[in-house]
Amino acid sequence: MSRDYIAKRIAKEFRDGMYVNLGIGIPTESANYIPAGTEVFLQTENGGLMFGPKPERGESDPDLANAGAEPITMLPGGAVFDVATSFAMIRGGHIDMTVVGALEVDQAGSIASWKIPGKLLTGMGGAMDLLYGCKRVIVAMTHTDKHGNSKIRKRCTLPLTAAAVVDMIITDKAVFRVAEDGLYLEELAAAVTVAEIERLTEATIMNIGEWQESEMS
Amino acid sequence: MAVQITTQEAVKKIRDKSSVMIGGFLGAAVPLKMIDEIATAGIKELTVISIGAGYRGGGVDIGKLVLNKQISKYVTSHVGTDPNLIKQIVNQEVELELSPMGTFVERIRAGGAGLGAVVTPVGMGTEVEEMAEKIIVDDKPYLLFKPIRADVAVIKAHRCDPLGNLQYKGMSNTSPVMATAADIVIVEVDEIVEVGAIACENIGTPGIFVDYIVKGHSYQERKNVYEELWIATNKL
Repeated sequence: MSRDYIAKRIAKEFRDGMYVNLGIGIPTESANYIPAGTEVFLQTENGGLMFGPKPERGESDPDLANAGAEPITMLPGGAVFDVATSFAMIRGGHIDMTVVGALEVDQAGSIASWKIPGKLLTGMGGAMDLLYGCKRVIVAMTHTDKHGNSKIRKRCTLPLTAAAVVDMIITDKAVFRVAEDGLYLEELAAAVTVAEIERLTEATIMNIGEWQESEMS
Repeated sequence: MAVQITTQEAVKKIRDKSSVMIGGFLGAAVPLKMIDEIATAGIKELTVISIGAGYRGGGVDIGKLVLNKQISKYVTSHVGTDPNLIKQIVNQEVELELSPMGTFVERIRAGGAGLGAVVTPVGMGTEVEEMAEKIIVDDKPYLLFKPIRADVAVIKAHRCDPLGNLQYKGMSNTSPVMATAADIVIVEVDEIVEVGAIACENIGTPGIFVDYIVKGHSYQERKNVYEELWIATNKL
């Protein structure tokens, strides 16, 4: 339910003609909700641009897969290439937007998503390159962890994937913009109150006062 | 000029303690037959250089070398797909050398292209700073990483001619860069065609980089292998 909500909200950020790299999980699901009339060129870091939905059984190609090694199709006009070319696109600033998941994000726009000391050891994969190189970075995640702790922190406690790169945070409860001077609340999800957001967000929300006033009036 | 040999002959080019690059991406477009042959031959203490671990869940493709405990060092950007490998890293049976994915590929490219280092901003402000030397270029801080080379590269292409000219199909992944960066380069292909059958503009890796050719599964056989794997893992 909240997965779907987040995926649909991500899709509102797509603009016609954008080159976009979507992370595994909820970000990838947002491709199902690209608005009609908006053409988005999806990039996959293992070496594909303009890929389409997964193939039917019997029609997969062993040499066409996404970054999770799952079968994909290529759209007419799509291109395949090697990983060095792919990361020239990513690190070289040619990709307009990336949407990624995270363990924590903080009010300075730093993100932790690749390591929990003593618990999670996966390696950073292409995440650091994507976060550095893509023009716009959106983090999509649940607002709290499974224990109910805020994943939007004053300062990340886990090892960073990148420092001060995040532009927008989309959760199941709210949407935030990360500005030079801090975090701004932009939207509340249906039936979520300002008080609830305040309680579930450790980070300082710069414009929380305006939201409280508007809720009272 | 490349020489066609069997997988059994090719695997003899890899010895205990060799460093081996393996092309592909998390199990996709990997040299399946050569990996099986390395597993069968039981070569030990390998340094494996691969962009990520094997197919999700482990035990498949490169994951077979993990199950056999043939790897003593893994040079990569991601191991999250193979829980067996993670266990061996945690138990310190396998040494892990990580770099961000784009940096990993450029280190191999540098190794093959005769460059002295890779200088990149990626990883600044993170733990990656501890994995590299910091340098300043035009007042901007960068991380300096050393090139990567290997004794042997085992890569995958769709087809080749007897000169070792390779044509890729779909994503070529890491194979084109790895082809440049090892003392011995072995390519596994779906089919071998006559000289001239691959138009010059379709040659993805020129034969100058390739030493040995082995015949892998046909394209149709490989398609069947992946269809089965993808269906069994709910991806298709």
